[in-house]
Amino acid sequence: MTRITRRRFLQASALAGATLGAPMLARDSHAQELSFRPEPGAKLRVLRWKRFVQGDEDQWMANTRAFTANTGVEVTVDNENWEDLRPKAAVAANVGSGPDVILSTNDDPHQYPDKLLEIGDLCEYLGKKYGPWYPSALAYGKSGGRWIALPLGSGGNCMNYRESHMNAVGFKEFPMDTDGFLKLCKGLKKNRTPPGFALGNATGDANGWCHWLIWAFGGKMVDEQNRLTINSKETAAALEYARELYPTFIPGTLSWLDPNNNKAFLSGEISLTSNGISIYYVAKTSKDPKLQEIAKDMNHAVFPVGPVGHPTMSALFFTCVIFKYTKYPNAAKEYLRFMMEKEQYEEWQKASIGFVTQPLTFYERNPVWTVDPKHTPFKYSCKNMLPNGYAGTLGAASAGCIADFIVVNMVAEAASGAATVKDAISRAEKRAKRYYR
Amino acid sequence: MNNALSRFFDNRNVLGLLFMLPAAALLLVFLTYPLGLGVWLGFTDTKVGRAGGWIGIENYEFLVTDSIFTLSVFNTFVYTVVASVIKFILGLWLALLLNKHIPFKSFVRAIVLLPFIVPTVLSAIAFWWIYDAQFSIVSWVLMKLGIIDQYINFLGEPNLARMSTIIANIWRGVPFVAICLLAGLQTIPPSMYEAASIDGASPWQQFWHVTLPMLSPIIAVVMTFSVLFTFTDFQLIWVLTRGGPINATHLMATLSFQRAIPGGALGEGAAIATAMIPFLLAAILFSYFGLQRRRWQQGGSDK
Repeated sequence: MTRITRRRFLQASALAGATLGAPMLARDSHAQELSFRPEPGAKLRVLRWKRFVQGDEDQWMANTRAFTANTGVEVTVDNENWEDLRPKAAVAANVGSGPDVILSTNDDPHQYPDKLLEIGDLCEYLGKKYGPWYPSALAYGKSGGRWIALPLGSGGNCMNYRESHMNAVGFKEFPMDTDGFLKLCKGLKKNRTPPGFALGNATGDANGWCHWLIWAFGGKMVDEQNRLTINSKETAAALEYARELYPTFIPGTLSWLDPNNNKAFLSGEISLTSNGISIYYVAKTSKDPKLQEIAKDMNHAVFPVGPVGHPTMSALFFTCVIFKYTKYPNAAKEYLRFMMEKEQYEEWQKASIGFVTQPLTFYERNPVWTVDPKHTPFKYSCKNMLPNGYAGTLGAASAGCIADFIVVNMVAEAASGAATVKDAISRAEKRAKRYYR
Repeated sequence: MNNALSRFFDNRNVLGLLFMLPAAALLLVFLTYPLGLGVWLGFTDTKVGRAGGWIGIENYEFLVTDSIFTLSVFNTFVYTVVASVIKFILGLWLALLLNKHIPFKSFVRAIVLLPFIVPTVLSAIAFWWIYDAQFSIVSWVLMKLGIIDQYINFLGEPNLARMSTIIANIWRGVPFVAICLLAGLQTIPPSMYEAASIDGASPWQQFWHVTLPMLSPIIAVVMTFSVLFTFTDFQLIWVLTRGGPINATHLMATLSFQRAIPGGALGEGAAIATAMIPFLLAAILFSYFGLQRRRWQQGGSDK
């Protein structure tokens, strides 16, 4: 099936180098090369999440065109809002027809692992050449020891803050621990430049920071054996902390969906939130002098570490999957291999100013992380993040809990005082039991 | 033989059945099958990407104990009842006004229909800005006028959020009710009003004893549709709140989607959707048997 032809690879990469106008860099001669020979007449349909930053889509398409130029394989790429992608992918998996390759998010592939092509050869090769893979990438890529998804990286997640507002309340550096963070939020609130974190049913933002919070205090939904452990004194401590934190937020965060914090930050209503690099991207690339001002004043920081003692951030994770029903498995694998190789992947990261954080250690050296010091905090997002359903395994249960906003609702209830800490936890436990049974 | 066949086709009953066949086939394929599939899914533990097995009424047993589901049933009822009643009152009022001779009559009538014509998602996004916690135009105006001293938390406080979504729904639903009732009003013969006024009936009596009884068949139909639309509303909530804050505006339809598609629990989602059917049937039966009484329409009293 898979034919590794060194000559063909060299031909292909030489052509790639020529089309991209970049000379091939000398590689470690021991690094194993791999390529897949696309089936004759192969055509690929790729469905991907719609860009969060424009540069991502532009470069992805440029790389795709380079692939077509090299191999003659026609590739059509459709874009779809990332939350609408899930039902489409699920339908494709169920009926056994649709796009050959899907750029998927979070634990989606783990809901239908049997329908996905095993891509161990490709992933092991990339791991050897550019790796190792970070633990989060392994968690999202493998199911029961099988590689079912190619980790593409995480949508990095960081604290976004206004430097001048932080300095004004006596902080020179962004606090590294949760105690300092609370102090900062209280100061910002007092200074009428409040923070704001989404507490509505916001799939990305609310899940992101709420999970960080619970994990930072040692709480977790399940243990390594997928046994429910949410009802713990660690979770209670996290919720008590949330009760103190919430009053510092700008009013209305209970209604916030994913776009709200971006809008509020860019209009100067809030001076601290958690987000990917998309806020900065918009501010930096805008011609509006007001936004330029914000871009200059804002900065990023990694999520503070809680009493648990290690980073516990949570982020959106992107993977690529090939469906078993595809008629062109080799073309699909070759496409993904091509996109993950240095020449393509680094350019793609650069174009999206690091919106996607690499899953492989090699790409830490990408200049995108150092060309602007405000990018640097995103560099280790994949390394620092914990996967959904931590510390258990990914699957239908973890995906269900996230989609049902169990943790977000629990934090929102306790923080806003709609329920006591104890009631909020026991309600969450009861709801989670349904998924982990 | 031939004779028998032609006699067979000449039979009125056979012919009737034959003519109904295409329609019946359409209904079977496009209505009964999906509906049946949905009901059947509700009795299984099907997950996205994995066929499920028959589990009987386990989904329903769980849902009865699920606080989010019971909350969504409560929300759906409040949403439907409040919105439908107000839509009816406003719609009837608007229809009566439009039925009068006013300048630019057809232009005004066209304008009234606008909220109904605009795609729901579009108007929902407009309302999302109107209700935004930081950028609400309503809050901004009230602040400038000095009436309030901080932005209204339209979608962040449970009861306020319910009210806000209901208002958005009413805004969207009134034109439908108004235009349909207007059509109904125009079918009432003027001679009836003439006779009533000759008998010395006051405008209020005319409305109560002529307009309302004559209008009741169309009210039954319009309100049935209105209740069905409201009960199954999805887009408005999904854009405005996603069911938040803390599930205070989750309707059965939105919860069903959340569990079934993003959550992957197709069986349970289908069960929630199926649980809506009895309520919808009840609403239809109520309006048919409750509002379409012949005696009442003819001015007699109900026995």
